Amino acid sequence: MDRIPILKLRDLLLVSIQVDMHDRLALQLQDELTARISETGARGVLIDISALDIVDSFIGRMIANIAAMARVLDAETVVVGMRPAVAITLVELGLTLPGVRTALNVDRGMALLEAKTSSMPEPTTDLNDADASHAD
Amino acid sequence: MPVTRTEVLELRSGSDVVSIRQVVRTWAVEAGFSLVDQTKMVTAASELARNTVDYGGGGTVRLDLLVDGSRRGLRVAFEDKGPGIPDIEKALTDRYTTGTGLGLGLGGARRLVNEFDISSRVGEGTRVVITRWK
Repeated sequence: MDRIPILKLRDLLLVSIQVDMHDRLALQLQDELTARISETGARGVLIDISALDIVDSFIGRMIANIAAMARVLDAETVVVGMRPAVAITLVELGLTLPGVRTALNVDRGMALLEAKTSSMPEPTTDLNDADASHAD
Repeated sequence: MPVTRTEVLELRSGSDVVSIRQVVRTWAVEAGFSLVDQTKMVTAASELARNTVDYGGGGTVRLDLLVDGSRRGLRVAFEDKGPGIPDIEKALTDRYTTGTGLGLGLGGARRLVNEFDISSRVGEGTRVVITRWK
């Protein structure tokens, strides 16, 4: 049985979809990602779809669901690497992916997520910042 | 219309939907489609193949490579012996769904191709034919 690996990097989860997903695999990824967000307390999810040569309504829905579930668990989702032909087709299909942030590539996606997570720092970072400002 | 090649495939499960996508891609390349047109045709086929499996209880896919004068095209027909669609106009409406989908399958697939034909009889089955020209 195929499995799509989910990597944890600091407080982010990274997923790169490298296979042509059948629907069951897409649903399994959705469930596993949600469980991992909750387990790890991840603040961001980055999904790389640069290897996908199509995104149909089912895969689109899976991506939108992941983003919605992640948001409820206080994590932001960014989808990166959508191929131009896939983007054109998605728009004609009528799929708008509401609530899903996108970025052109992994670099920009990471920058988006880092900006989000640093604007809501961990409590320990908060204390350090407070100490620093007192020292001034 | 001259058909230069035909293939008929079984469509029973989710993994058949994946194989259909790959076969349609190969044929679209053979028909000389641009990358965007290949992607549209494969995406439309994926939507319809899923409908055949999820709503029609499985069926068949028939691919025809067409030649009409100087232009080439690809026609893909999905056929099932499922429950049929009582109200086709409604089924073609975006956001309308009887299942758990987004309701973009039929209407979305129609927008991605040049020709779209659907016929359905309640209790007998459904046939959807899509064609895209280079």
